[in-house]
Amino acid sequence: MNKKIAIIDYGVGNLYSVKKALDKFSGNVFITEEPEKLLSADAIILPGVGSFQAGIEGLRIRNLIQPVKKFASTGKPILGICLGAQLLLSKGYEFGTFNGLGIIPGKVIRFPELKERIPHIGWNGIQRSNPGIENQKLKVNAWKGTILNSVKEDSDVYFVHSYMLRPDKKGDVLAVTKYGDYEFCSTIRKNNIYGCQFHPEKSGDVGLKIIENFIKLI
Amino acid sequence: MKKVRIIPRLDIKGPNVVKGIHCEGLRIVGDPTELAVKYYGDGADELLCMDIVASLYQRNFDFNILKSLAQNIFIPITIGGGIRSINDINNALRMGADKVAINTYAIKNPRFIKEAAKKFGCQCIVLSIEAKKNSAKTWEAYTDGGRERTGVDAIKWAKKAISLGVGEIIITSIDNDGTKKGYDDELIKGITTISPIPVIVHGGASDMGSFRKVAQEYNPDGLSAASVFHYNNFGIKDLKSYLNKNNVAIRI
Repeated sequence: MNKKIAIIDYGVGNLYSVKKALDKFSGNVFITEEPEKLLSADAIILPGVGSFQAGIEGLRIRNLIQPVKKFASTGKPILGICLGAQLLLSKGYEFGTFNGLGIIPGKVIRFPELKERIPHIGWNGIQRSNPGIENQKLKVNAWKGTILNSVKEDSDVYFVHSYMLRPDKKGDVLAVTKYGDYEFCSTIRKNNIYGCQFHPEKSGDVGLKIIENFIKLI
Repeated sequence: MKKVRIIPRLDIKGPNVVKGIHCEGLRIVGDPTELAVKYYGDGADELLCMDIVASLYQRNFDFNILKSLAQNIFIPITIGGGIRSINDINNALRMGADKVAINTYAIKNPRFIKEAAKKFGCQCIVLSIEAKKNSAKTWEAYTDGGRERTGVDAIKWAKKAISLGVGEIIITSIDNDGTKKGYDDELIKGITTISPIPVIVHGGASDMGSFRKVAQEYNPDGLSAASVFHYNNFGIKDLKSYLNKNNVAIRI
């Protein structure tokens, strides 16, 4: 298929890793930092390795903040990865307090003191989050038609982070993960906008499935 | 439950993967891309690639090798060797690396760690310590691929680097490297007990029991090995199934 997928280059990010994973499923993936090209795409990826501050600053100096917000308002799919997912939220607290894109309401906060070592680096399972009301049917179908479609509960994916996603609304939590006894949000979703705290491009076959699912949303 | 990572290490010199003993007497063991693909297929959780002469020759990791190696690998890749600027890190990330390991330049310029962690996030910056036991029964950190003494105490250096913002530590025992006589228990214990950040251990892996012992006794986050995988003593799949049977949490 020939849908255009733009990977946003905002100065931080493992762009090549993300591109080669997408290339497996699409022939029209490109890396760009130009607002017009971004807006012409059918879906965008906001990759991410780096600090919240460096990320938002990287978007700002390239005049990409408004274009990404504008793209989000069209309803076309967006996938944020790690820092890219964090930037979708409203505020981040790494090296100070910074405004994020605010596309999904919420904040990015540091892990509390845990017995486990921080950063959380390594493979860990993803689970369906419990919806606000104990509605098991809702829970069973929670991943249907999303990027986690047909991914098995407890599948291991690769994490590397010290800060975590904290969306304001429970309904925006698509998956959770436990680090030690501590449960955090590992995937956010609002309509066609997704953010994974883990790296699907680094999560072997499970990760590739998630990327394939994302491309099917286009 | 934390799942301990199994991490094959590729020491790279020129176009080849090489392996020595005590970081010396290097033998060619294969092609970086071929070995990377093999280990990925076998279930490696991560790859560690070190250009072992880059710092010595004051040049960078060969990014063409990295690009080719990363092409069909969908697990994390850490590269090390010759990293000495923000630009080097940027280039490494753009060519397929996810994390960079820094040893020589960090010892010479500790502040670089802070700068790099601020720019890329601490989780991207891995401190590589190559340690050798000295007569005082402490460990001294070496640089330039295990060649140069620094006079720096390895454990103290780890503490300092943690305070400067590294996100992970790879600790290599020069004494045990390539010997297949088991990991250096005391060194590993010394680092894992003080470290609030993830620790990957390397140097001396022998039979599958040596992996189990370290995993169960010292709480490391990653077990790295080279010789046992390169010389086909056993495969990563076999090792993981052995560890799983012996109650070590692992990604299967």
